[in-house]
Amino acid sequence: MSEYKRPLSEAEFEKNFKQKKPLMNQTEAFYESSRCLFCYDAPCMNACPTAIDIPLFIKQINTGNVTGAAKTIFDANWLGNACGKVCPTGVLCEGACVYNLQDVPAIQIGRLQHYATEKVMREDIELFRAGEPNGRKVAVIGAGPAGIACACELRVMGYEVDIFEAKEKPSGLTVYGIAPYKITNEEALDEVEYLQKQLGFSIHYNHPISDEAALKDLENDYAAIFIGVGSGPTRSLLLKGEEKENVVGAVEWIEDLRMKHHELYVPERVVVIGGGNTAMDAASESARMGAKSVILAYRRDKERMGAYKFEYETAISAGVQSWFGIQPVEILGNGKVEGIRFVKTTDQNGRLEIIEGSEFDVPCDMVIKATGQAKLGGFLKQISGLELDSRNRIKVNSTTFQTTNPKYFAGGDAVNGGAEVVNACFDGKMAAKGIDLWLDSLL
Amino acid sequence: MPDLSINFAGIKAPNPFWLASGPPTNSGYQVMKAFDAGWGGAVWKTLGVPVINVSSRYGSINYRNTRMAGFTNIELITDRPLSDNLKEIEEVKKYFPNHAVIASLMVETKAEWHQIIKDSENAGVDGIELNFGCPHGMCERGMGSAVGQEPSVLKTIVEWVMEVAQVPVITKLTPNISHIVEPGLAAAKGGTDAISLINTIKSIVGIDLDTFVPYPVVGDKGTNGGYCGPAVKPIALEMLKELAKHPEIKHLPLSGIGGIETWRDAVEFILLGAGSLQVCTAAMHYGFGIVREMIAGLEQFMVEKNFETIEDFKGKALPNVTEWKHLDMNHKVIAQIDSSKCIGCELCYVACDDGAHQAIQLSETIGVRVPEVIEENCVGCNLCALVCPVEQCITMVDVTTNPTEVTWEEKTEAGKVPTTFDDDLAGGKHHYVPTVEDALKFRK
Ligand SMILES: Cc1cc2nc3c(=O)[nH]c(=O)nc-3n(C[C@H](O)[C@H](O)[C@H](O)COP(=O)(O)OP(=O)(O)OC[C@H]3O[C@@H](n4cnc5c(N)ncnc54)[C@H](O)[C@@H]3O)c2cc1C
Ligand SMILES: Cc1cc2nc3c(=O)[nH]c(=O)nc-3n(C[C@H](O)[C@H](O)[C@H](O)COP(=O)(O)O)c2cc1C
Ligand code: SF4
Repeated sequence: MSEYKRPLSEAEFEKNFKQKKPLMNQTEAFYESSRCLFCYDAPCMNACPTAIDIPLFIKQINTGNVTGAAKTIFDANWLGNACGKVCPTGVLCEGACVYNLQDVPAIQIGRLQHYATEKVMREDIELFRAGEPNGRKVAVIGAGPAGIACACELRVMGYEVDIFEAKEKPSGLTVYGIAPYKITNEEALDEVEYLQKQLGFSIHYNHPISDEAALKDLENDYAAIFIGVGSGPTRSLLLKGEEKENVVGAVEWIEDLRMKHHELYVPERVVVIGGGNTAMDAASESARMGAKSVILAYRRDKERMGAYKFEYETAISAGVQSWFGIQPVEILGNGKVEGIRFVKTTDQNGRLEIIEGSEFDVPCDMVIKATGQAKLGGFLKQISGLELDSRNRIKVNSTTFQTTNPKYFAGGDAVNGGAEVVNACFDGKMAAKGIDLWLDSLL
Repeated sequence: MPDLSINFAGIKAPNPFWLASGPPTNSGYQVMKAFDAGWGGAVWKTLGVPVINVSSRYGSINYRNTRMAGFTNIELITDRPLSDNLKEIEEVKKYFPNHAVIASLMVETKAEWHQIIKDSENAGVDGIELNFGCPHGMCERGMGSAVGQEPSVLKTIVEWVMEVAQVPVITKLTPNISHIVEPGLAAAKGGTDAISLINTIKSIVGIDLDTFVPYPVVGDKGTNGGYCGPAVKPIALEMLKELAKHPEIKHLPLSGIGGIETWRDAVEFILLGAGSLQVCTAAMHYGFGIVREMIAGLEQFMVEKNFETIEDFKGKALPNVTEWKHLDMNHKVIAQIDSSKCIGCELCYVACDDGAHQAIQLSETIGVRVPEVIEENCVGCNLCALVCPVEQCITMVDVTTNPTEVTWEEKTEAGKVPTTFDDDLAGGKHHYVPTVEDALKFRK
């Protein structure tokens, strides 16, 4: 049984998707920051992919230099505000907090980070300025976290930057993919606007770079190109009946949800297939949209799920049921999905085996496939000399993020195969430095 | 970006943050690490005839969950041979020609002073600091605070020093005296180039309740130590102000020491006239990295206030520190509680009712825990706002009705102050106090 009433208005949607990490008030931020020990060689900082100087920014909050705290954060991570809200802090900075070893709650680093950056954004405090123009132009493909981070860093160094984005909004999956109870659309967009105002990179919306001709133009017009295109659409399961109405890919469905909120209709009975974080999100979200029954179906056992434990718990606490050791074999229904046929599996030392004759049918009105995103291999193969690995991820130099075509640099999901926003931010920043280094070397 | 560099009595440093003489400046290794971490200068651990220290040496006041809110030590000056220290000073200066390295010195005879000053200068120090402050151990041998507490002796020694010193001389004062101006004046008259203050305060930080031995425990005994750390800041600020306002001392550069841990502390010292800042306990607590918070905060403050250099705001608070008799007696504030922020702890109520002026009452509505200020009873003492755990929940609002200032001094001259025990002019004459019997209502 789902715990949530179907949201019929924006207010009800907001209630069902209440922020998991709400903005701290001044008192809370003061108390929380006063708990920080200012560890030497701080484990939290080491656990942050962008290595934000966490003890410093927390001390700055505590001493009333909130603007300085925000500067410390953005200096290391251009999307410090979004990361404060969406990072899986329990497995990153907060998971590394030494208080965990004392059974004392870890410092709420993510929320403090959000507190400091929110303040400068709200008060529109200028922290950065574009560098003196250096006469060089860089094109960025994709306005997701990786692309935005790369653009910001390049602007500080004086580059002219044009971002080409296929969609009509910036932020990539931060606005189109991440669960709405982690970050609101406004928050995600506000941060990009805040940065853009100070740094002045241009974003060309509804402007996909899709064919060789477009790529050639970029190569001619720009000194270097950064690829921050993320991953592709949900991969096909090659399942019988997969084409039926109401069989949807998780990322496409979540995008719909993020854009339409309460106006998206979610039917009564939903089955989500998959065991990763996206599956957990889709299940939680369906439940919060008022589906009566949400079943999370994973082909292996619970321990083998790729999802973080806390994401699984979020789904369960939203009223989702989880079924393990079952695999879909066919989607049933007449045009529209009416059910799904599963077969039971056993795990033989990591090898999945189907139990013959164990098929059973589960009636449902919608199937959400959260079984991974395809890579944009097709698009990427048009770039000459660009090597991909066996899983269609772009190969890059691990410090400069230069690809095998020297003019192209890449980062984010397109390179790591799908990680977190914070990783994309790090990649984008490093790639900008890599671009600068490379262009200098050509002089 | 504002310019943090300073020229303190001729000693130049990239920023005003210096390590005070103490354990963090015990060796070249530490001072080098500190400069790399961002410190602008270091006052070397006091040099002299090396000592032998005891074990243990430090104690602290832990206030609730804050460790080392106050800190004490019973260490003496350096226990390392002079030649080792001088060699390391020389090496550090080679790596860091633009950072300030100051030798803190403490010896007995004139000949020793002359010799050690020459030796320090030969090692390349940018300045010397005379340690007249150590309140334990050294004073028993006629040095440290024994000198600092005796203005005429202090002046004589400063004169000895000034006879030979080629580099700027800072005289470091002990707070263990009744009036800081006396040693301050003595140092000025002795010709010192600058003054630093404060050294540690004579203290006992606590006693072991099982063994009855004071901390820090040495076997089955303890002794008084030197108190420092965040808890001593108010005392240091007051003493700094005394010197910075004194007509015969204020021309001297003043180096502020005592409880500096954050950029706020630093700004406060500068506003009261400090031209450089020295830090010991905070570096001992958090390591040299703590300076990055101070630097970042000081810079941010200067950006926000449009100050380009430290000189731009040095001493800016001094004109606003006056004597009590010059305060405006017509100025009136009262407390205001923001009910939307109140969490109902009722600490303000009990603080005022038991500890101040019975100007806050509890709500008469059952279930409502937001107290109310009885405006006519409120004397504007701040207590409720100080105890309130919520930021900006209780604020003091200006309700001055008579805009013309009148001070105690003016009132006295006009004969408008109480002079007899039951004078009608008593400030509290018409102020509400509950009856004695009202207390009985609280009996259970
Ligand atoms: C369902 C889901 C939930 C997630 N939850 C979290 C979370 O809670 N916390 C977290 O940290 N991370 C989360 N992530 C991961 C995170 O969103 C990504 O790691 C991150 O957004 C990657 O950034 P990116 O810039 O590499 O790619 P993306 O965010 O995918 O951005 C790529 C951008 O490029 C554009 N683009 C693509 N192709 C082209 C082209 N040819 N021309 C022009 N533009 C193009 C896209 O429209 C998009 O805007 C989640 C991901 C998903 C799918
Ligand atoms: C352990 C310890 C040793 C100290 N040794 C010296 C010293 O050798 N010479 C000196 O002038 N001051 C010495 N001091 C005093 C400090 O330089 C400084 O004046 C005092 O600690 C106040 O600053 P703080 O609150 O930042 O610690 C010492 C302080 C401590 C804590
Ligand atoms: S800090 Fe601890 S380990 Fe280091 S000298 Fe002191 S007592 Fe020994």
